[in-house]
Amino acid sequence: MSHRLSSGGRLINRANPVSFAFNGRTMRGFEGDTLASALLGEDQMLMGRSFKYHRPRGVVASGAEEPNALVGLGRDHSYEPNARATTTELFEGLEAETQNHWPSLEFDIGAINARLSRFLPAGFYYKMFLWPRSFWKHVYEPFIRESAGLGKPPKRRDKDHYEHFNVTTDVLVVGGGIAGLTAAMAAGEAGSQVLLVEQTAHWGGRAPVDGPQIDDMAPNAWVTQVVSALQAMPNVEMRNRCMGAGVYDHGYALLSERISDHAPDKAGPRQRLWKVRAAQIITATGAIERPLSFAGNDLPGVMLASAVRDYIVNFGVAPGKRTVVVTNNDDAYRTALTLKAAGLEVPAILDAREDATGALDEDARAAGIRVITGRGIASVIGKGRVEVVHVCAQDSDGADYEAIEADCVAMSGGWSPVVHLWSHAGGKLTWDEADAHFRPDPDRAPKGASGEVFVRTAGTASGALTTEDALVDANRTGQAAAMALGHKARGPAPRAEPESRQVTAPIWLMPENAPYEKRAKSWLDFQNDVKVSDVELAAQEGYESVEHTKRYTTLGMATDQGKLSNINGLAVLAKSLGVAIPDVGTTTFRPPYTPVPLGAISGEAQGALFQPIRKTPIHDWHEANGAHFEPVGQWRRPYAFPKSGESVEDAVAREVTTTRQSVGLLDASTLGKLIVKGPDAGRFLDMLYTNMMSTLKVGKCRYGLMCSENGFLIDDGVVARIDEHTWLCHTTSGGADSIHGAMEEWLQTEWWDWKVYVANVTEQFAQIGVVGPKAREVLDAVSASFDLSKDGLPFMGWVEGSLGGIPARVFRISFSGELSYEIAVPANHGRAFWDMMLEAGNPHGITPYGTEALHIMRAEKGFIMIGDETDGTVIPQDLGLNWAISKKKDDYLGKRAQMRSHMTDPLRWKLVGLETLDGSVLPDGAYAVDEGDTVNGQRNTQGRVTSSYHSPTLGRGIAMGLVERGPDRMGEVVNFPALDGSPQEARIVSPVFYDPDGEKQNV
Amino acid sequence: MLILSCPYCGVACDETELQPGGEAHLTRFGPDASDADFEGYLFRRKNPRGVHFERWRHAYGCGKWFHAARHTVTLEVFGTYPAQVTEPPPDILDAIAAKVPGWEPSS
Amino acid sequence: MSDPVTALDGQSITGQITIADAGPTGMVTLRANFASATVMTGLVDVGLVVPDANQIASGDGTTTLWMSPDEVMILCDYDDAEAQAQSLGDALASAHALAINVSDARCVFRLTGQGGAIRDVLAKLSPADLRPSALPVGMVRRTRLAQVPVAFWFSSDTDATLICFRSVGGYVFDLLSKVSEPGSAVGYFG
Repeated sequence: MSHRLSSGGRLINRANPVSFAFNGRTMRGFEGDTLASALLGEDQMLMGRSFKYHRPRGVVASGAEEPNALVGLGRDHSYEPNARATTTELFEGLEAETQNHWPSLEFDIGAINARLSRFLPAGFYYKMFLWPRSFWKHVYEPFIRESAGLGKPPKRRDKDHYEHFNVTTDVLVVGGGIAGLTAAMAAGEAGSQVLLVEQTAHWGGRAPVDGPQIDDMAPNAWVTQVVSALQAMPNVEMRNRCMGAGVYDHGYALLSERISDHAPDKAGPRQRLWKVRAAQIITATGAIERPLSFAGNDLPGVMLASAVRDYIVNFGVAPGKRTVVVTNNDDAYRTALTLKAAGLEVPAILDAREDATGALDEDARAAGIRVITGRGIASVIGKGRVEVVHVCAQDSDGADYEAIEADCVAMSGGWSPVVHLWSHAGGKLTWDEADAHFRPDPDRAPKGASGEVFVRTAGTASGALTTEDALVDANRTGQAAAMALGHKARGPAPRAEPESRQVTAPIWLMPENAPYEKRAKSWLDFQNDVKVSDVELAAQEGYESVEHTKRYTTLGMATDQGKLSNINGLAVLAKSLGVAIPDVGTTTFRPPYTPVPLGAISGEAQGALFQPIRKTPIHDWHEANGAHFEPVGQWRRPYAFPKSGESVEDAVAREVTTTRQSVGLLDASTLGKLIVKGPDAGRFLDMLYTNMMSTLKVGKCRYGLMCSENGFLIDDGVVARIDEHTWLCHTTSGGADSIHGAMEEWLQTEWWDWKVYVANVTEQFAQIGVVGPKAREVLDAVSASFDLSKDGLPFMGWVEGSLGGIPARVFRISFSGELSYEIAVPANHGRAFWDMMLEAGNPHGITPYGTEALHIMRAEKGFIMIGDETDGTVIPQDLGLNWAISKKKDDYLGKRAQMRSHMTDPLRWKLVGLETLDGSVLPDGAYAVDEGDTVNGQRNTQGRVTSSYHSPTLGRGIAMGLVERGPDRMGEVVNFPALDGSPQEARIVSPVFYDPDGEKQNV
Repeated sequence: MLILSCPYCGVACDETELQPGGEAHLTRFGPDASDADFEGYLFRRKNPRGVHFERWRHAYGCGKWFHAARHTVTLEVFGTYPAQVTEPPPDILDAIAAKVPGWEPSS
Repeated sequence: MSDPVTALDGQSITGQITIADAGPTGMVTLRANFASATVMTGLVDVGLVVPDANQIASGDGTTTLWMSPDEVMILCDYDDAEAQAQSLGDALASAHALAINVSDARCVFRLTGQGGAIRDVLAKLSPADLRPSALPVGMVRRTRLAQVPVAFWFSSDTDATLICFRSVGGYVFDLLSKVSEPGSAVGYFG
């Protein structure tokens, strides 16, 4: 059984016990524990259930590669699913729940799947649910949804917040083991600016556990010394609890820093996502030990040999009392020696190699441990945990075996460099026969913008598996990175004693000739429940590509991302296909290395900061006066101003009626305002607009249309000529930035010899509409430096001066059909001017109105709205706007496109007014049906509704729509069926419903 | 995440400071153009596996449009240059020729 | 005339750094070909020094920001901006140029903080290279802050100015306040 040792544990503080809850049970650990080490200390070996068969699973690893011990952390507003117990630092009050079981971890009904395992082989998703079709919705999908998946997503809003941090630096070193420290020191000493990050809370990686002497010092002492030396260097920045999540193009890297995961009461963000732009990236990411494939290798108590060692040395926790060590390489002997030194039993080391002659082997024998070579495990037996190990000859079928009682198996299948970050950026791998692993191929390294190498590996991540080699490699890599930046680098690597090391035997299945029933219990991927037999089946069924096999069997999917399962799976596939492992290749490693919470990715962009909210200078007044807002792009515009107790619909009707009968006030500040100036400005605007702007007289306004080169109408607005060389172009609220961008684009990239400057002055001005028959009387109530009479400022004219003491430009234009003035004042005086108009309009009952009243009044007049009557497929000719298209101009943007046959088709849908026979309001977007069906068997259509409102002025529904040959069909009745198919008949009429002669605006 | 140097202000722009603009060096065809020329101008775009000339705008910076000569597979950037040209300048072509033996500009 | 009211209306807040409304500020956009002799002669007449690329030039009560190869922005007293735009327009009347008062179109923030705190706060929101070697005192950087365009520059290690469009002044204030909250120190820039 797993238990806490009476002494030891370099990372824990026994003076500071910590209590936590596991599935509701209170447990104790120590400060410095991980959740996994604390659970082992409480003999809680069972930590989860597997994905497919719901098999009981214990912890396998001690770090980020852990496939089984995934838990839900916290509750309610701070719940995180799928957290690895092995990387979760323990804190007082931590709450953890196991996942993927029902009703309890110990008794799980879903485990019945395991008995059905022969019916759930590779590709079962694809095979089982194909037929009958009707079963999918009612049987298969509910079953899959219930049983699939690991953790459950949080149900409540996350109470924590997150942030980003952008860094540009010379060298990023990922990994704070001895290789990362050495590489950072080499680059730092050469003068490069270095950022060194480590995913755990501790520097030094495995070295303090594995114990090599470095520069004649114990590894701990060496690490301490180097860390303080680095901390003293002004050009080196170090962060722990900071994981290198991904490496991307041109030296971009994402790091995920955990700030208060381990200290939840700390103020500030929980996590920080670092966005690094580094000229050089060094991955000192170490290596991961591989499991061995033998029957029963997923029983709780079967662990990686290195993890067993870690729990003893780092946390003073022993996973078992009697541990069988099984290996194909020298490294696992360290575990046996560590167990022995901790006073634990090691009944045998099973070395699959025929002989064991390394230095560690001798130490083991000298320590009195029984070493049996040429042996493997036939199967591990136990109910819910390891009880007996059947030892057999590796070169056998496992029928003959010796039974050894044990409660733990420490396995080592060799070490694979962590190549994830290297591969993210396109680095290629090479197969290393001697160590039986893929390692980065330095000749095919990721290259950056300059075409030069920008990712390098250091230490065991390069495949340098001895301390001595790793340090030499890391020093060389750090120096190479610095030299790539033009720095001079020299100096020897830290020294470690040479080790004699035997090669790793390529053992991919134990025993060599294991029969099917053993292979069907030999797990390759613990998390996704993929066994040797599954990969063999995939190969047998014709899956030759490793990428296809991965998807068919789910090998290496989900959070594993090939960390534990990859090489063993490839080897089995290679053997099944009868090819060499490098010929099978590897699957693609994708970022992130371990999951990054979505909260960290969104950073500050959540809640009120999710996206910018643009506010006009009068926004605060709107808010204070009960405005019902609607988004218009990123602007918030008042939709209507309901009074206390008034419905929004009633408010809209009141706003329309008051404006039509007396006077209304509109905040039109969001309208785009672009100054276009220069000797070629007129010529330029003639290209941009479909009509003539060069002939516009100073002091006058003209309505204009803008099209894309595709001919489609993209924007409209009133243009005012300010002086000989200057025009002011109004755009739609949403179009200001894009039209400004388009103007700059044409001027910079097509007509760069034209003398035109553009300035976007949208936000310089508050623009306020005073609209209605009493508008002039309102303006007359404040002092003006100009004449606002009918003749002094006629329709489509503008004047400039001061109004009520504020500098103002007054445009006499109308989007409502009423007498109307739009007044632009400096934004910092916008609120004062608004207040002044409210006061001046008070005797007339002036009412502020919102966008809905604006829309209704324009629709009553038959004025189009970009985005309603247009949708990116509509040309001005469709809208009866031919009067605004110049016949005299040789060219304008969109002219050629509008000559295409489809654009001149007489059957195009064109703008008309629509009047329901019963006065009701047509649904916006409804289609008019026509006789017959399309080739797809759908009903033919002949038009659609583009705008539809209840008109308070006319007391009935009005609509505009595009109808095939509409203008030629005045008076005809067409049918716009409702969603339920019931007919809604409407008559085609003129789109101008109100004051067709324009008398009201011209007073 | 690409990093491109703006030839106007010299800033090493993060991709998030830029607005992409598609293929560079298109010729505009107007009202007199044939259907084929106009179609080519509006719709036909190169999508090479290799050297490509693109338009980018330093939208969150100096606001200028520039061109980048870039390798679409390796992401190597051969150079950036102002947009007021109808074809890549000689120094850019030389830089490409030096890095990509045998490459010739396609029409 | 009424007093000008900025979008920030005098707000300030202190966390890792102090973020404050700099108040109404005169701003004039000038677009012209600074390689033209006519333009430069005109500018000499009004005493305007055009800064080098990405640089700031300080004059008599004014600060001139390089915005792009054919654009500078002149910062001055709010009440002087209209006259400033007028006099630039007059001086460049014979050239092709655009000078316009845009004092109300933007918000101006004053950022103060010790050590590298201002750079730490900005780095949470902007992809710009904020190393003092890349953005020394006297240089202006136009970039993005989270989702909106901004420009900022340092007048000393502990004092910076940031400008953004007026409509998003509240968003930028809230952003800066959020990432400057107590407990969020990064300590990267010192």
